[in-house]
Amino acid sequence: MSKVLFSSISKKFTMALAGLFLLTFLPIHLTINLMLLKTEPGPFNTAAHFMATFPLIKIMEVVLFGAILIHIIYGIWLQIQNWLSRPVGYVSSNKSEVSFFSKFMIWTGAIVFTFLVLHFFNFFFIKLGIVKGNPEDFYSLAHNLFKIPAYDFIYLGCFTLLGFHLFHAFSSAFQTLGLNHRLWTPVVKVVALVYAIIIPAGFAFISITLWLFR
Amino acid sequence: MKLTLKIWRQKNAKAKGNFETYKMDNVSPRMAFLEMLDALNKMLVEEDKDPVGFDHDCREGICGSCGMYINGHPHGPVPAITTCSLSMRYFKDGDTIWVEPWRAKPFPVIKDLIVDRSAFDKIQIAGGFISVNTGAAPEANSILVQKKKSDDAFDSAICIGCGACVAACKNASAMLFVSAKISQFALLPQGRIEAKDRVRAMVEKMDNLGFGNCSNTGACEAECPKQIKLTNIARLNREFYKAF
Repeated sequence: MSKVLFSSISKKFTMALAGLFLLTFLPIHLTINLMLLKTEPGPFNTAAHFMATFPLIKIMEVVLFGAILIHIIYGIWLQIQNWLSRPVGYVSSNKSEVSFFSKFMIWTGAIVFTFLVLHFFNFFFIKLGIVKGNPEDFYSLAHNLFKIPAYDFIYLGCFTLLGFHLFHAFSSAFQTLGLNHRLWTPVVKVVALVYAIIIPAGFAFISITLWLFR
Repeated sequence: MKLTLKIWRQKNAKAKGNFETYKMDNVSPRMAFLEMLDALNKMLVEEDKDPVGFDHDCREGICGSCGMYINGHPHGPVPAITTCSLSMRYFKDGDTIWVEPWRAKPFPVIKDLIVDRSAFDKIQIAGGFISVNTGAAPEANSILVQKKKSDDAFDSAICIGCGACVAACKNASAMLFVSAKISQFALLPQGRIEAKDRVRAMVEKMDNLGFGNCSNTGACEAECPKQIKLTNIARLNREFYKAF
């Protein structure tokens, strides 16, 4: 059984599935965040309250955290195996034509994870009561955070790296699942590019708008 | 042409290696890369020095023995050829050329540029075959094969097992090699009978030998002298999932 669950292909399969699930969460998060652009705090706080209390969402939250954990643990595990597979490296740097962002997945992933921890301290831990703050007014909390230039720089930097991460991850997940097709694979690559631009750009737009124009 | 060669020298598997610098003054652009190394070795032997060890056999781009990492590329900077087919006309007068052995834990260096690629043989032995009774050749049309599948199977079967995919991959993954060997059987009716056992055994052996994991960077496809496609890796993944 362990041969099935922990073979190289199985680990990548699990990681790809977890990653694809995470991809479905980002558009939902972005849709809610777009309500931050409204001048009234009501819609955003209502949506945040709904996300924090609706039973189905609470169940999905557990699945979401499970997917994040699996994606991170398997990602680190696979990366360590990859490093061990070449104990002596080359002196001349590799000049093979490759998908550029694929070379830095562990590092873009690590930076995005670091931002996620910061994000938890700013919002999720307040909801849990671990960090002080008003869980019923995330609107003001978010607006205040985006007024801090340092936070905006970190935010924009992390979402740019997330875009790089998503661009390779999206199409790579399909390949790992064995879903390669003469006609559809080029379409998946275009969708990956569009997704990797639109999602981070959407978050960045909110950040810049609240920072500079509100 | 005048060239400076930086070549990895390592006396044996246990010795600590290092780069040695050699100056070559009369390299003809008409030479093949291996002929240039032959000329270097002749010079070294005449100086009573140890010649550079490198693998070679057919010198026609067929066998894939001549694997070496040249200036950041397995088999050198020209796509879709092996080192023996690499002409010196692709280099310029005054160039410095770095020559290294394949680097991967399952491919230990034996001497200089020679690595032990028997890990690929072990993967093949684990399942890269079909079980048939020997005897007279069967009637060719007794099992019909779709032309497209036959062509695709052949495109996979032309993998020469040189190891350039492993050498190019940042993770030293052998997925392109294994996927080619899986595909050449998976696409044909004769190979379907043992398909599940084959893919399970070959992937398990690949993992046990210490090859890295595929992260779909595409370096293997870019450097493969036989232009084996990444679609084979997707097929390997599908075959693996179907096997359980």
